[in-house]
Amino acid sequence: MMATKAAQTKGGTGRFTQDEKRRDSDHVSFLKHRGFRWLWIALALSAASIAGYVLIDQEPRPNGGTWYGYTLGTIGFGLILWLSLLGVRKRRINPGAWSLKAWTSAHVYLGLSLAVVGTLHTGFQMGWNVHTLAYVLMLLVIVTGIYGVVVYATLPASLSSNRKEMTRAQMLDALTAIDRQLESAAQPLGRAEADLVIAALAQDVFYGGPLARLTGRYPGCATSRALKRMGGNSEETARVGSLLERRRDQLAQIRGALRIRAMLEIWLFIHIPLTIALIAALTAHVISVFYYW
Amino acid sequence: MGEIYTVAIIGSGPAGLSAAARAAALGLSHVLLEKTDHLSDTIYKYQKGKHVMATPANLVLRSDIDFEAGKREVILGLWDEQIAGHKVHVKYHAEARAIRGTGDAIPGSVQQLVTRARDGTKSVRDIQRHAPPYAIELANGETVMAQNVILAIGTQGNPNRMRCPGADLPHVQYQLDDPAEYVDEHIVIVGTGDAGIENARGLAEDPAQRNTVSILNRGTEFPTAKDANVKALMADHEAGKLMIRTESETASIEPGFITLTTRDGELRIPCDRIIARIGSAPPRAFVEECGIEFSSEDRSAFPKLSPVFESTAPGIFVIGALAGYPLIKHCMNQGHDVIEFINGNTELKPADEPIIAAKFASLPGNRSTGEWLEFLRTNVSILNGMNPLQMREFMLDSEARFFGPSEVIFERNAPGSSLFGIASGSVAVEVNPADPSITIPIEAGSIFGEVGLISGRRRGATIRAAEDTIVVEISRLAALKLQSQVPTAKAAIQRISIERQLLQMFGSGLKREDVAALVEAARVEEKRAGEVVVAEGADDKDVFIIRRGSMIVEKAIGERPVFLSYLPAGSYFGEMAVIDGSLRTATVKAAIKSEVIRLPGEGFLALLEKNPALREKAMKDMAGRRATNAFIESRKDSFGGAVDLYSETAQFLVDNGIGEATDVLLIDEKLCIGCDNCEKACADSHDGLTRLDREAGRTYAHLHVPTSCRHCEHPHCMADCPPNAIKRGPDGEVFIDDTCIGCGNCQRNCPYGVIRMDAKPPKKPSLLQWMLFGRGPGPGEASYNWRKKAAAKDGTPKAKQAIKCDMCSGIDGGPACVRACPTGAAIRVSPDKFLTFTKLTEDAE
Repeated sequence: MMATKAAQTKGGTGRFTQDEKRRDSDHVSFLKHRGFRWLWIALALSAASIAGYVLIDQEPRPNGGTWYGYTLGTIGFGLILWLSLLGVRKRRINPGAWSLKAWTSAHVYLGLSLAVVGTLHTGFQMGWNVHTLAYVLMLLVIVTGIYGVVVYATLPASLSSNRKEMTRAQMLDALTAIDRQLESAAQPLGRAEADLVIAALAQDVFYGGPLARLTGRYPGCATSRALKRMGGNSEETARVGSLLERRRDQLAQIRGALRIRAMLEIWLFIHIPLTIALIAALTAHVISVFYYW
Repeated sequence: MGEIYTVAIIGSGPAGLSAAARAAALGLSHVLLEKTDHLSDTIYKYQKGKHVMATPANLVLRSDIDFEAGKREVILGLWDEQIAGHKVHVKYHAEARAIRGTGDAIPGSVQQLVTRARDGTKSVRDIQRHAPPYAIELANGETVMAQNVILAIGTQGNPNRMRCPGADLPHVQYQLDDPAEYVDEHIVIVGTGDAGIENARGLAEDPAQRNTVSILNRGTEFPTAKDANVKALMADHEAGKLMIRTESETASIEPGFITLTTRDGELRIPCDRIIARIGSAPPRAFVEECGIEFSSEDRSAFPKLSPVFESTAPGIFVIGALAGYPLIKHCMNQGHDVIEFINGNTELKPADEPIIAAKFASLPGNRSTGEWLEFLRTNVSILNGMNPLQMREFMLDSEARFFGPSEVIFERNAPGSSLFGIASGSVAVEVNPADPSITIPIEAGSIFGEVGLISGRRRGATIRAAEDTIVVEISRLAALKLQSQVPTAKAAIQRISIERQLLQMFGSGLKREDVAALVEAARVEEKRAGEVVVAEGADDKDVFIIRRGSMIVEKAIGERPVFLSYLPAGSYFGEMAVIDGSLRTATVKAAIKSEVIRLPGEGFLALLEKNPALREKAMKDMAGRRATNAFIESRKDSFGGAVDLYSETAQFLVDNGIGEATDVLLIDEKLCIGCDNCEKACADSHDGLTRLDREAGRTYAHLHVPTSCRHCEHPHCMADCPPNAIKRGPDGEVFIDDTCIGCGNCQRNCPYGVIRMDAKPPKKPSLLQWMLFGRGPGPGEASYNWRKKAAAKDGTPKAKQAIKCDMCSGIDGGPACVRACPTGAAIRVSPDKFLTFTKLTEDAE
């Protein structure tokens, strides 16, 4: 064992070389992965599709039904199925020496190139049918995906700043600690003021609907209301007042985290169901095309 | 004075119990002294239902009482029953305070007791040893007489006692078993470590108990307690649940009251109970007072023992954890054996005989175990100073190996912290990686591999056997034990390591004779984290080599220190001032606790004089360093912000322990979307439990250091692992194997909190089943409730074991956390590669 194991098994130090490369690698985001490798591949695919569309004489007119149309359609169909597999891939990390970052990078750029491939496949023929439905669904999926790329690239820094080194559990613990102090500090208050504090304490931390989550506006926030209406200038009310301010700030941090997380995730609730709908429409599209061939 | 027993056994842990049972079975007159009112206090204090393990599995149990892995309650119950069945004479509430011989003074047998005061002064006291029988003085004033004494008191020690007037009153206690026991009391807690804080919080937790709890703090900070505990205590104080009295000390205690000295003078407050949690004293002082010598002044040293466990005080035997054997099975076997020895059975072979015999089985030469041990002991020079018992113990942690001519013993860049001794034959060191034909021989009797042992870094060169060679591979643990037991071995290893480090450092062409003078003049110095080794502007002229640990180089630019570079173990510094006679151009200080070799400047210059090639290399290195410094200084003028960011980020990383890391997970929070896919992938790659906590940990300039193993050069977790279950793997990963007994030592020793104790949950339904039918908890770590339910359904309760990152050893593609990051936020880096200007200031986008 110990040192000699590395010497005996070939590749014991092979992993070392691999590890050293990893330890020395620059930290590069999914967009820049390997010098924009997938961007270039996607651009090449798009350029080739356009060139083919322009240069190949399609009879009677550019259409999904010509041989070139079928080629584009097959490429597009294959891409859509492969792109949808990202959801499986990210949940199944082993076995295989692949990185999810490379997959995300490819997903983003190839997904964008699909807009070109898919559009050329239609031959710009639209109608009120299942074929156009599939096309529209595809565009919607791509648009939501673009939103996803934008928020992934811009929001993480604010998520980090808002966190201030606290975990979600710590944020809730901090609120609980404030609440405990607030409860004892509110004991000497009069009925009206005490009711305000009780209402603030009774309100669910996660109160508020999806709209409140996304906008960060909580008009019914009992803590803000208590702060606004807290009258009197005795020592007790001043202490409760400052505790309420701390509670408001702590809530703001929690709600800020919820808001950013919601913005980072909301699009997936459209992107994924639309993808499933797209695959269904696509299946109908393919079957009907072959049925009426 | 009553009966004189043949043996008195002090301590009723596994070792003491086993000894007492053997004595009872042999019909020896005996007494078992236990300070509490129950047997085996250490195991008794384990938490309820704890699964106690029985390792090493290949060691046979030789004892009159039974033991196998199981629940604490079952084991304690069985022992109680069997001790009663053997009619063992147990004396409870019998705490030994002193042991002294009552026979004649033994001529020439004097024990020197060295006491060190806090200010570093030493005082030496001589104790004349007396022959048996021994008088054992108990805390209650009784005396027990015995011909032989077996010390089986473990290493836990006794709690430190309060020393103010009234400290011996009955309402002063040193332990708190059940905080719910006390109601309506004024309670004062003394001691601000974790134990004191936890006790105070426990007593104040339930307002219905109506306790008035205060905790005394001599100062204003809580430096010895965990951060989470301190925060919780502060919150309780603010909430009015308890009171922290800062800058307060106990002046005196009387029934119903306590008097404190505070900043504003004396204060007398009501007090019904005092709970003092002020640490515990290791048993060493007590043991030394008995006339037992330790092998060295090292804190980790063990008593000097003969092959039959007899200490330097004739008739006093030491077994169990105090003798250096922390595992239950070892302890029980020794209890059995020591009684056999006392009873005159000299033929008894130790129970570990088959284990050691197996280690020699594959060697050519057909020697017996005893002969092999003697062969190694006499042929490897650093082992000469050991006795046969030490040799056996040493061999348990070591391996003997045979290598044929040109067979590789280890390869360059392989990780390894073991030391090799050549018992016969010789080896060849490939000093030039580009040309394996250039080698340096190392002859029989010498050692190699010491750099890995000391610095924790990878092997510097490939080493092959030059002929038929037998080596002994000494694990890091055994090597450390050896050095603390045999001072000459320590000196020899140190000398050889300095010499080799010099040869390796300054490259080819140098011979042992060239550096001999420098080796003689070299001094090894230990440096605290943050200690300055070289100060900018000073005109001292020594050169330093980092032996272990790492250093950071700083320069004051416009009042503020700017981080210049990070120096890992093996690098040298300080040569600039020597070569060109200038003042020190930068400050070098220890990033973590480190050791440096100090070489006198003149000696270094003399070496350069004689070796033009070396001089050239040194000049080249120096020019490189100058260029880095100049680059950062020039940047400072034009891009001050970037340099500040670099400097502060580097300092932040060093403060968070990156300096001792070999492979650390960092998260760029400008890219992290908080999906926790890293944690999920970790759990799915390792038995369903995640070994990292993404959110926890510190962040600076959006660079986050999550709670995850850094695979330290000298892992703190390895320091005290009873079954030796923590090892460094072939790819440098520090991992815990299946022999873990779940004691939690590593978790307590890890300063970064990356080790968790948990039971492996049963397997989850597959991903496909979850996606299609919603079966099971889905990807990632299942909730505690799911795991608990699934484990209950599974039937076999699993013991909690220590769990930590193993760098996804054996998994194709490397660490899953990095591979599973969709945006590239998660990276694993090493400090020597990452703590550079370009890496730290580059934009991730």
